[in-house]
Amino acid sequence: MTSNASPSGAPRSLFQKVWDAHRVRELPSGQTQLLIGTHLIHEVTSPQAFAMLRELGLPVRFPARTFATVDHIIPTDDQSRPLADDLAEAMMSELERNCRDYGIQFFGPETGAQGIVHVIGPELGLTQPGMTIACGDSHTSTHGAFGAIAFGIGTSQVRDVLASQCIAIAPLKVRRIEVTGKLAPGVYAKDVILAIIRRLGVNGGVGHAYEYAGPVIDAMSMEERMTVCNMSIEGGARCGYVNPDRTTVEYLRGRRYTPDDAGFEAKAKAWLALASDPGTVYDDVVRIDGSKIEPSITWGIHPGHNLGVSESIPTPNGVPDDERAGVEEALEYMDFAAGASIEGTPIDVAFIGSCTNGRISDLREAAKVAKTGHVKAGVRALVVPGSMAVREQAEKEGLHEIFRAAGFEWREPGCSMCLAMNPDKLKGREVCASSSNRNFKGRQGSPSGRTLLMSPAMVAAAAIAGKVVDVRKLS
Amino acid sequence: MSPNKNDEVLVRIAEIEGSACVLRGDDVDTDRIIPARFMKVVTFDDMGRHAFEDARKAAKGKHPLDDPRYSGAEILVVGNNFGCGSSREHAPQALMRFGFKAFVGGSFAEIFAGNCTSLGLPCVTLPADALAKLMDAVELDPQQRVRIDLVARTIRSRAGVMPAGIPDGVRMQLTEGTWDATRVLLDAGDAIERTAATIPYF
Ligand code: SF4
Repeated sequence: MTSNASPSGAPRSLFQKVWDAHRVRELPSGQTQLLIGTHLIHEVTSPQAFAMLRELGLPVRFPARTFATVDHIIPTDDQSRPLADDLAEAMMSELERNCRDYGIQFFGPETGAQGIVHVIGPELGLTQPGMTIACGDSHTSTHGAFGAIAFGIGTSQVRDVLASQCIAIAPLKVRRIEVTGKLAPGVYAKDVILAIIRRLGVNGGVGHAYEYAGPVIDAMSMEERMTVCNMSIEGGARCGYVNPDRTTVEYLRGRRYTPDDAGFEAKAKAWLALASDPGTVYDDVVRIDGSKIEPSITWGIHPGHNLGVSESIPTPNGVPDDERAGVEEALEYMDFAAGASIEGTPIDVAFIGSCTNGRISDLREAAKVAKTGHVKAGVRALVVPGSMAVREQAEKEGLHEIFRAAGFEWREPGCSMCLAMNPDKLKGREVCASSSNRNFKGRQGSPSGRTLLMSPAMVAAAAIAGKVVDVRKLS
Repeated sequence: MSPNKNDEVLVRIAEIEGSACVLRGDDVDTDRIIPARFMKVVTFDDMGRHAFEDARKAAKGKHPLDDPRYSGAEILVVGNNFGCGSSREHAPQALMRFGFKAFVGGSFAEIFAGNCTSLGLPCVTLPADALAKLMDAVELDPQQRVRIDLVARTIRSRAGVMPAGIPDGVRMQLTEGTWDATRVLLDAGDAIERTAATIPYF
């Protein structure tokens, strides 16, 4: 990255600049061999990759550029070792062994820096503008909030990155998504990304990087931008990003892996220069009026099945032909009536957490709502901070006391009920108001469990009311 | 790794022929293909058994994967946006270990398709009308042989010969046996270090 100008002098998007800087070579397949700057690993998708590496007798090419944590399987009640679940313990020990054998930094609970991989990367300053980042986890797109190009990869590619620090990937188109206007009170980043996915579809982003821009995105904090980029993958995009600006720079100042004071300003200048050039030609541009976005909520079995809280659940006849079967299947699974209002839907469980909405600002918003009442009798409500650092900060601010007083359980950090690989699971047909990112059938641990995705404030409101309510009506 | 040694292990995938199984529906996500609770393991060995486990239980024996008419099928015919959701390679691993060697569908989620390529499993697309015809034909006569020819880019079945889609690069990787990317990437040699040296944060 000696210069940001393209050889031809043509304006380039951030995506193109980062891609060009990390290109090792073009492959005969038409793919690019792309160098990966930061490789993040966790316990679920890495063990098989290390096993393949051992089988091939290969070393890790740049062990200092891979960082590990444990998040998916870790219990959020008692994290003492050995973990109560033998399978979970085996996975965690395997990760520890691999990190030890190959000289990889492991942010386990004893380091005080453990947490969901997409929460701790930014927190530690490992995620920086202009990087290429890969992780065996689809929500790696989160890191794009910093102007990094961040890809979720499969286990074979985790092996590729360990062995060569590269991936083979076909070039992407860049779609700029401008969110104009100003968000209304009670409307959050989660509502923005749900509205984008609703508009463009769950596979609308195939073959694309999404560049999020416009006044609404500009006004967002880094944590809000992470929420938006996190769910790029739910819209089918390969990655999503926001151009770095002063907000990005200020977030990164003083983090563990960002340069110290002397080097920081120079670094910051280089970061800002990575933003897409004025006059960049995009493959397409989509504009969404942010002022019109309502608190959004899913009613079906994928994140595109969402609507504004004041709207009614669709009827199979009211949707285009190619969506009908999907809507029918969703209505049957959810056992919701076509045309019914989503507001007032009773819930059994409330989950606040995940790499989408398990950061400190999310907990602050949820706590504001929690202060207004008490969790409805019969509702199980969990707050799971995204990382140890988030938990610590929340406790410093007394948020845990607010949650506890309101009848929420205050847990240890991890992925928890986002995908229920630890003991936090739905039972039977339970309906869960969740701040996570996927409402797939069975996602939260019960094969017939039902998930309604919404913002953390909406989840807290639902926990108190025992049913879906419009958080705007609380104030 | 010497080039000769590489050549010995190149597996070229140019055609797949076998009986097929039809799994209708769009947006079939990876959580459905392999529910997360079965990923609590450090190997892929057991994945095949758990392919579509919850969906199969819910269907009480009526799921296509349990339909005796489709037993031994090697080609899975699916709808649109198949494999959306998580990047878990456990999903294609489960289907591969269940016995599938290729997928034909309206469209595939990107990471899923990439994972399939890494495993040497072609994901081939058909336009909506052709896909509907193929699904009908296979359901009518599940024993018939379906043949995917990656070189000619066609799918041959009782429904006729249909032109099928597969990206040029993926097709080349499969037919030339370079779908195992690690080897290809390592061939770049010290060009990797040279690129790394130009990147300030490295
Ligand atoms: S919180 Fe959920 S989506 Fe995020 S990494 Fe964990 S399991 Fe995946």
